[in-house]
Formats: sequence, structure tokens, C-alpha cells
Amino acid sequence: MTIPARFTEPADTTVEAPPKAKRKAAVRREVGRSIPRLESHAKVDGSAEYIYHLRLPGMLQGKICRSTVPHGRIVRIDASAALAIEGVHAVITGEDIRTLIPDPYYGPAFHDQPILAIGKVRYVGEPVAVVLAADLHVAEEAADQVVVEYEPLEPVFDEVAATKPGAPIIHDSLRPAGMFPDLQYLKGRSGTNVALDARVLHGDVEKGFAEADQVFENVFRSRKVVHATFEPTVSLAELNGSNGLTIHTSSQSPSYVRAEVSRLLGWPENRVRVRTAFLGGSFGAKLYIKLEALVAACALLVRKPVRIGLTMEEEFYTITKHGATVRIKTGMAKDGRIVAREVETWWNGGAYADIGPRVSQKSGFTAAGPYDIENVSLINYAVYTNDPPAGALRGFGISQIVWAYECQNDIIARSLGIDPLEFRRRNILHDGRPHATGTIMTNAEIDEVLDRLSDRMHWDVLFDHGSGPVRRGRGLAIGFKACIAPTTSVAVVNVYGDGSCCVSCSTVDMGQGSDTAMAQIAAETLGISTETVRVIHPDTDVTPYDMATLGSRSTYHMGNAVRLAAEDARAQLLRIAAATLQTDIEELEYRDGAVISRSGARMTMRGLMLARFGMQAGTVIGMGTFTPPYTKPDPRTGQSPQITPYWMLAGAAAEIEVDTETGRIRVTKLVNVGDVGCAINPAIAKRQLNGAGTMQLGFTLFEEMRFNEGQVINASLADYKIPGMLDVPEDLSAELVEFPHEHGPFGAKGVGETGMFSVSPAIANALCDAIGVRIMELPLTPERVLRAIRESENRPLESE
Amino acid sequence: MVTVTINVNGEKRTASVPPETTLLRLLRDDFNLTGSKLGCDVGDCGACTVIVDGKAVNSCLMLAAQADGRDVLTIEGLATMDRLHPIQKAFEKYASLQCGFCGPGVIMSAKALLDENPDPTVQEIRDALGGNLCRCTGYVKMIEAIQDAARILRDEPVEINR
Ligand code: FES
Ligand code: FES
Repeated sequence: MTIPARFTEPADTTVEAPPKAKRKAAVRREVGRSIPRLESHAKVDGSAEYIYHLRLPGMLQGKICRSTVPHGRIVRIDASAALAIEGVHAVITGEDIRTLIPDPYYGPAFHDQPILAIGKVRYVGEPVAVVLAADLHVAEEAADQVVVEYEPLEPVFDEVAATKPGAPIIHDSLRPAGMFPDLQYLKGRSGTNVALDARVLHGDVEKGFAEADQVFENVFRSRKVVHATFEPTVSLAELNGSNGLTIHTSSQSPSYVRAEVSRLLGWPENRVRVRTAFLGGSFGAKLYIKLEALVAACALLVRKPVRIGLTMEEEFYTITKHGATVRIKTGMAKDGRIVAREVETWWNGGAYADIGPRVSQKSGFTAAGPYDIENVSLINYAVYTNDPPAGALRGFGISQIVWAYECQNDIIARSLGIDPLEFRRRNILHDGRPHATGTIMTNAEIDEVLDRLSDRMHWDVLFDHGSGPVRRGRGLAIGFKACIAPTTSVAVVNVYGDGSCCVSCSTVDMGQGSDTAMAQIAAETLGISTETVRVIHPDTDVTPYDMATLGSRSTYHMGNAVRLAAEDARAQLLRIAAATLQTDIEELEYRDGAVISRSGARMTMRGLMLARFGMQAGTVIGMGTFTPPYTKPDPRTGQSPQITPYWMLAGAAAEIEVDTETGRIRVTKLVNVGDVGCAINPAIAKRQLNGAGTMQLGFTLFEEMRFNEGQVINASLADYKIPGMLDVPEDLSAELVEFPHEHGPFGAKGVGETGMFSVSPAIANALCDAIGVRIMELPLTPERVLRAIRESENRPLESE
Repeated sequence: MVTVTINVNGEKRTASVPPETTLLRLLRDDFNLTGSKLGCDVGDCGACTVIVDGKAVNSCLMLAAQADGRDVLTIEGLATMDRLHPIQKAFEKYASLQCGFCGPGVIMSAKALLDENPDPTVQEIRDALGGNLCRCTGYVKMIEAIQDAARILRDEPVEINR
């Protein structure tokens, strides 16, 4: 039996959140405890399960041959030399895949990406063929022998240039996927590289600019960066019985993989089983379809298990973060209030849309920042180029947007002579006020985030900027995100005959600690200890549907589903006891594996099972489904009374030293503050903020994919540096702002991405504070900083 | 094919492998010791770190044949059946890891460091582990755990500390 689990709310949310004082967290036993992760023992002794370790009997290993041109027609593929190599089992091309799957195009937003290239390639590194061999060395050697001849087409790499008339067209026509009804209007659109243009209109921005006392306009850019997860992306497929297929994969979205592979094959979903283990990092890289459709097709074609794992180099050619160009124009009143803001963003989505259109739309609607602005106009273009595809990367586009508005806010504050913190205080969007989309900001503690930043940085104390070649500066920034909607999570809680319990859910633990959080939520609800709960890893044959582990949605969505499932199981146990003890259910409580009545009567699990099943064995299954309410925005204006289930607020502040002779920035202090609702596990939540902050530190100071005619010229961790121990600030800290969200499980909101949002502009603002130099493009490499310094001194460095 | 015999975690093991086989592949594919991780396979990340004759090495850069006849310690050899090594215990206590994929390499590097320098400063830890990258954590809790483990090892050197 299931408790109706879907909570509903009136669509019109004019109601304000309860005042903070009322939103005090109740006393809890399990939730709010900084329990070490349940899997930490397995992770320190080396035994933790990752799909990368899996070997299947009789399996073949695949090596992908990739396109060497950024845009071109495939004239001929000659695999004869590869096939002549001893040990090569098969060479598979796009045409072979077509014999199995007539329309082999996939993608969450658009069905635009072929499993292997057909007729045309659209970026350097696009998979063109796969060599299969029992020995990986043989497959690798043979892959070099596959000859592909191309007729080159003109490529386009820049996201703004790709939208201009006359730009080379990358896809003949747009093919929106069925999953998103709001993209259907784009169907069949041709002659364009713009996959989506999404708008938000609020007030009258022209009038706002006309009335403004001063108008500022700037363009900010961020370059493409890459996830660089440590466990390489890997998938294996094997035939399962007479008509099924099992896919073992390092995926953040097993439910989606099942649905999409089934759709491609024209099979019912129940013939495809998808399972995952721990992921060695992901950050958005292992979402939707990556290698799954390819291994599935190969396994079905050769009737043997097939494994394909990427190398670190190949990761750079698989999925990236969006590069973005943001033009931001802001009208100011004399008193330091923002009266109008217009933001136009071009998102470099690369050759295939992946989830890019969603990134541009869902992040794009926050592009004016967490500020109360009467007149707003936001336009977002998701653009196809001949770069590798861009998708989700921890923050879903938010950090590119925050980079623009928080840098510009500092430019404005400085120009008007207002302290940057005070400038933000004057303009922030307080709880209860409408955001530019029309949705009311609730359960969002932006003022508190600012207060904490101010405290941690001793903002009101005079700061020593130093003298001589090394100068010091400090800066801050705030940012926010609207959690993605609409999405659903389903969970099952099994209580076994001895009272022990398992949680079944399709949330993937990729290092964020979701197993522990889900166990804590189930344990709190059932009155048992977290350490006794086991969380079953995603296996679509066993674990119920979940949209995906992404966008900091799991704690809130799956957390609520687990809570509801545990409540359901508990209610069933109480009903059994109430019937047996002949008391009211209200008199009873379930705790530590037994039902206790107020009068002192006690029924152990043995008794409950006997009463229900006639012996001491059985299972009580609780189920929970959670879909928060959502109202689709008006396609013309982007207006919606309910655009998100919750807002995630963040702030960061940095102190830096900059060597004016070399341009090198050293971040000495980095504070990350996140509004998390209520932390299910405070230690894990803080680790998320620090981990995200460190990742964004890399994106701020040195990470940048460098291209030459579409080819990535730094596709290794030797040439593409990520932060190491020596790069981390001596003073790196995180702080949680905790006011329970009224609909979060025990008040919790998501936190996985929060620490990314504000780091880059905080550091750039600190740089400007130190030496008065403003850089508009990420990353802030020594060279870029030095160039800017020398330009400001009117003695520019020679160009490269 | 070359025949390689190594003393891995105190046990003599032999395999016959193609000459280009790395120590990492030998451990993982032939000896089924998957605790040592393959991250980049080209010496850039440190996830594959093991200890060869007392020194931390990237096992993806060492040929299996070069390890012939030598002592190799991997993460699987650090703990006994019922007892984690103090470094492992500290990593657990400080929740130093997130996805955990870098963990075995970081722990083995820390072990090599503490064997040589029982009381490292934070800067010495950062220097010694500069090549052990981690994409998830921000490192702070790793450094704290290593210092804590160092303290414990100094106070009560453990007999399992091979
Ligand atoms: S796997 Fe050896 S250093 Fe990366
Ligand atoms: S914990 Fe994920 S790479 Fe270190």
C-alpha cells in the first residue's frame, strides 16, 4: 500500500515562506549528524566497486576510430588493413549500426547524435568506427589502421559567428526529442545553428534604460573546460537471456539510458537492464547516452559481450562544459539601484546538442542575478559549432552566467563609488519578492549568505593591499540557481523479517555521498541507526525510476521519495501492530525495529512478522514518489508562477596575491558559503562546497581546452592542468547557511553545485581590487593577467 | 611474452605478459588487484601509485618487466584482515575521499612519505603528494588525515607497517 506521495500546492504561490524563526529544525537523531560515509571503508581499502573494473567472460574490447576533421563528408571507410590484423574480431561502422537500428540518432534534447557517424562528421574526435578484439592492445593497434577519407567542409567554432548569416550549417534540420514537449516547435527548422532561443521578459527594459541615470555594457567570455573525471567513462553490454540486454555503465542516469536504448532498439523497456556501481567522479560527464548505445549495438551485432572504456584523452572529445559569450547591459539609478538589465548569451554547444539547450534555457533565466530588478530581458541562444559537444558540468551553465553579472556588478559598484558588498545589499532579491520569471523567491537566504561572507572576510576591516611587485586584493560574489524542473524520483524501502532495511533507488553515488544521505533519511524516518541501512545501487531491473543524478536534485527529490517510502513502510508496520494490539495507530511509535505503544506495550519485528505473515519472515515494502509542482513558462515571456522547486543561493569570497611582474595569481583564502536548507550530513555538505570551490578554482586560474582547427591541443592532464595539492589556498573553508526549506526532506535542499557558482568572479574582483585591472575572459592565466597589466600601463606585450 | 615474478603484498606471483604490459595492467588484469586505479594511464594523475622497494611509483609508467623480482606493495596489502592501516583509518575518520578513485594512490603516496618522514609539515605533505591529483575533494581533509596518521604512527608504530 502506498501513501499518496505527490504533494500539491496551489499553483498561485503568493504565500511567503514561514518566517525564519518558525523554520527552526526539529531535534533529530540521524539527520544532521556528520556520519562518516557508509562506503568509506571500501574506498580506503581499495575494494569499492566501480564499473571500470568489470570484465565479462568472453568479452571483446572496443577501440573507437575518431574523425580527424572538424566538418566533412565521409567519402570512404576502408577497414581492410585493420581486419587483417590477427585477433581483430570486427570493425563496426555507422552503416553496420543502421542494419540493427535504422534511425540511430540519440540525445536528450534533440535526436541529433549518431551512434557512429553517418555520411558526415561534425567535430574532430567524433566516433566513426569501432574495432573489436579480445585484446585491447590489438584493438588499439588496429584502430590506427582504419582509413577514413573525408571531403572537408568549412567549419565554424565561435558561438557568435555560428549564428551569423552565411555561417556553415552543421545540421540540416533540427530534430527535437519527444521528451520535451516545449521543444517541438523547433521541429524541422533548417538553415540555422541556433538549436534554441529562450527568452525571459519582465517589465519594460527599453523604458528602464531610457530612465536610467547611467548604463553599463560589457561582454564576458568563458572558455571550454572539461570534467576530467578520474574513473574513465566506461560501458559494457551483454546479451541477457534470449531477448534481453544488460548494460553495465558508469552512468549518472540509468533510468534514462534504459529508456533511450529501448527507444533506439524499438524494444519495450523491460528488455533492457542498466546497472551502475560507484562512479569515480562524474560532474555531468556521464549523463544521458555516452557509450551505452554504442556498446549495446556492438554486442547485438557480434552476439558477444562488449566493453568500451575511454582514455583520458578521449574524455576531451566526448563532452565538455559550454564556452559562453555573455553581453550584459545594466541601467543604474543614482541611488545605486539596478533598474534595468538585458543579458544576451551565446552558448557554444559544440556539434551535438546533448543537454545544451536545457543548460542554456535553465541557467539562462537566472542571468540577471539574484537581484530585484524591475525591467529585465534575457535571451539565450544554444548554438551548434564544430567543437566537441558540450553538456552539463556541475552547475549547468550557472558559473558562466554568474561570471558575467558578478564581474559587471563590481565594475558598476567601483564606478559609482559604492562598496561591492553594500552594492549587493541594496539590490538583492529578498524572500517573498518575484524573480524575473514571475516565480516568488522563497526559502532563499541570500542576505544571510552576504552576512556570512562579510563576517568571514572581516569585510569592514581595512585591507592591506601591499606594496612592491606583489599586491593583494579581495573580492566577493554571489550567485544562484533554480533547481531543474519538472522531474520525478521514486524510491522503495524494504523492511525485512529481522527489521533490517534496504533502500532501493536509482540515485548514483558518484562521490557526493548520496548513499549515506539516503540512509540517514530512511533511518531518521524509521527510528533506526543509519549504519544499519543498506542502499542498493542502481539497477533498473530492481531500483525504480529516477530522472537522473544531476543538478543538485537528489537530496531534495530522492530524499523526499525515500522519506515517503520509509513513512509508508512505517505506517504499514504500525497498522499491523494496531490491529494486533487493538489500539489506535496514534498511540504507537516505530523505533529500533519494534513498535512501542504509549501504554508500554511492545511488539518486536518477530511479532509483527508473525502477525502479518504467520511466521518470522517476510518483507514490508514502502514506496514513495516525489514530483514537485511546476508550471511551464510562457514561451514568449518566460513567465511562470512556479519555475523551480527551490533556489540554491551561494556566495564566495577570496583574498589573493598577484605578482605584477609575472601575472601569477595566488589565492590565499577562499570562502564558500552555501544556502543548503538543512544539511542531512553537514560534513559531507561542506566537503561538497570545498570540492566544488577547488574545481572552479581550476576553471578560474588555468583550466582551458585549447584548440587548433577543432583539434584539442592539450588533451591530457599534463597539458591541461587541474588543481593539485600545491594549488589549493592555505585557507580554504566552507560555511553552511541552514534554514530548513519547507518542502525539503527534513528541510534539505541540494548542494552539489553550489560551491561552483561564485568563485570565478570573486577572484577576478579581488584581482581588480589588487591592481585595478579588469579581465573579462576566463581563465585568469598569468599571461592574460600580465597582458592586461601591461595594457593598463600603456606598454602592451607583443601578441603571440 | 615475458615472464614476470614479483613479490606483491608479501606473496610471490608470476605471470607471462606481452612486453609492453605496465605494472599497473599486470596488477589489475593478471593479478586481479583492482585497488590500484587507472586514471590517466600516462603518469599524470597518481591514481595508480604503488610502492616498489619502498618508493612510491606510478605503476602505469613502470613496465611489468621492470618490477621483476622486486617488492610491490598495493593498497590491498596495507590492511590486514581485521585492521586498517592508520593512514586508511584516518582517511575514513576524516572522510577525506569523495568518489574515492584517487584514494588508493593518495594513501600509498602518503605511506611512502611517512615511512621516510614520520613528521612532515603541511608543506612537505603538499610537495610529496603534488602529483596525486584529485578532482573531487579540495585536498584539505587528506592533509589533515595524513598528519593525524603520522601522529598515531609516531606514538604507536604498528607491526603491520611493512
Ligand atoms: S594512472 Fe598512472 S598516473 Fe594516472
Ligand atoms: S575523491 Fe574523487 S578523485 Fe579524489
